[in-house]
Amino acid sequence: MNVLVANFHWRKAAGHAGLALSLLVLLAPVVFVFFWVISLSLKYDIDNTAYPPIFIPDEITFSNFRRLFDETPFFLYFWNSVQVSGGATAAALLLGVPAGYGIAKSKAHSMAVLMLISRMTPGLSYLIPLFTLFQMIGLIGTVLPIAITHIVITLPIVVYIMIGYFESLPVELEEAARIDGCTTWQTFLHVALPLARPGIVVGAILSFIYSWNNFVFGAVFAGRTTRTMPVAVYNMLTFEQFAWGPLAAAAIVVMLPVLVLTIFIQKEIVGGLTAGGVKGA
Amino acid sequence: MILTATSQQTAGAAIAAPAGAKLAKPRYHWFVIPGLLVTLAIIIFPWVFTVWMSLHEWKLGGAAQWVGLRNYVELATNQRFLESIWHTFYFTAVAVVLPLVLGTYAAVVFHREFPFRGVLRTIFIMPMMATPVAIALVWTMMFHPQLGVLNYLLGLVGIGPSEWVFARHTVIPSLALVEVWLWTPFVMIIVLGGLAAVPTEPYESALLDGATQWQMFWRITFPLVLPFIVVAGIIRTIDALKAFEVIYVISNGGPGTASETINLYLYSQAFAYYNVGNASAVVVVFFAIIVVLSLVLLWARERAKWNT
Repeated sequence: MNVLVANFHWRKAAGHAGLALSLLVLLAPVVFVFFWVISLSLKYDIDNTAYPPIFIPDEITFSNFRRLFDETPFFLYFWNSVQVSGGATAAALLLGVPAGYGIAKSKAHSMAVLMLISRMTPGLSYLIPLFTLFQMIGLIGTVLPIAITHIVITLPIVVYIMIGYFESLPVELEEAARIDGCTTWQTFLHVALPLARPGIVVGAILSFIYSWNNFVFGAVFAGRTTRTMPVAVYNMLTFEQFAWGPLAAAAIVVMLPVLVLTIFIQKEIVGGLTAGGVKGA
Repeated sequence: MILTATSQQTAGAAIAAPAGAKLAKPRYHWFVIPGLLVTLAIIIFPWVFTVWMSLHEWKLGGAAQWVGLRNYVELATNQRFLESIWHTFYFTAVAVVLPLVLGTYAAVVFHREFPFRGVLRTIFIMPMMATPVAIALVWTMMFHPQLGVLNYLLGLVGIGPSEWVFARHTVIPSLALVEVWLWTPFVMIIVLGGLAAVPTEPYESALLDGATQWQMFWRITFPLVLPFIVVAGIIRTIDALKAFEVIYVISNGGPGTASETINLYLYSQAFAYYNVGNASAVVVVFFAIIVVLSLVLLWARERAKWNT
């Protein structure tokens, strides 16, 4: 008996050590990359190009961030990104929330299949025809074409999440409303929509994040004054190969808004509500 | 993404039927039509245009000239294009298999109860939410052969320096490594969803029978979550075939054309040379490759379902 108990304790201790080791192996690469970009952004360039690398400097500096905002119109790029992602998300909510409701209620998945096809279609293949079209009607040079193409990313995310959310709502309330004489539209507007608010928030945040992160649509459509944040950062890379401090600062400024938003919806992301809905195009 | 949704819905449909029998069946088509029209406009117009353009010789600014299937015939013998197909498959294999293995492993780890699980899980999913261009930029700096931190870290554990993305034979695995870093959390989330649905009884009886953790994983957990792993594999394959940002930012298809995938070749044809006819033919072939591979994987998914 004693041997069994000792064996059990031994196995438990080994289990704890194994768990700790697993977490270390899984999290170290994640933490290191983020640590390294923060480290680069807070060091002078002479420390950044030192070898062996300096991980934690004697003296930290915010000059990289100051230089970023002094030398490039980063606030303009920030505003462009807000307009593009905000506009594409608003359009996706307007179209996608009712669509998600309709699909969930009528259990018609023909549109869901369409969304799968849109995911399989390479993003670049939308760009050639749309680029030609936008050039013909003279939209190139504004943020509008970028926002329109971003609907390719945002709409599937919103529709997917809303289908899942509306299906999880109890049917009794809606049936009661219909017995009281509400039309389908009124039932949607006054019963289902208020109940679905948490789902709408998650869908909106998630589609905003993936629109914000998108690079290629902006890269093709953006002019000098209509660059989105990822495009602006890419341009910095091509012009300032070795200014690692400002480049790291730019990378942080681009990522920070989406990483903060992620914290707000991390439960829902891990909870599976959004699984697969992410990364639309 | 649709795959998980439909399987849940077929289960739900059977239960929901009798309740609303007395009321007139409500109609929902007006909810779907606006979204459907926009989706069709965004998908159908580019498709018709692309197929039409692929049958023409057209440089942006000039006049289009009908050439029939010539663009396709030329692609079949275009060495650079054929090599880009091989690069795409090589990149995809690494960028799918590693995240599947690591993501499943991570899901099993994060499925257990332990202190700070929520915080650590949030940290773990950060890569898939971070802006890929910014992450690619950070890796570009880390890959630097002389000053990069990766070679320093390799040196610490006694491994010699690598040329990473600056040598022909290491560039594709190096780029795929960044993709693995970005998307392993995505696999973890889907498999975690599968683990949540696994019953506890089989484990209790297995524990009484003296099974080891390793045996329990392979005999119980793995078969039960296999359908979820396959779904993650299908989505990951589609996304890895289409990968663009990481490759474009870090190596831009180089050195030479050593890491030029179909998508990169397509981009240069369309937006560097404005060779629209040829690029459109590439789009059609590319889409066909994605569809065929997806169908093969969907077939594999059906097989995985029968086994359980």
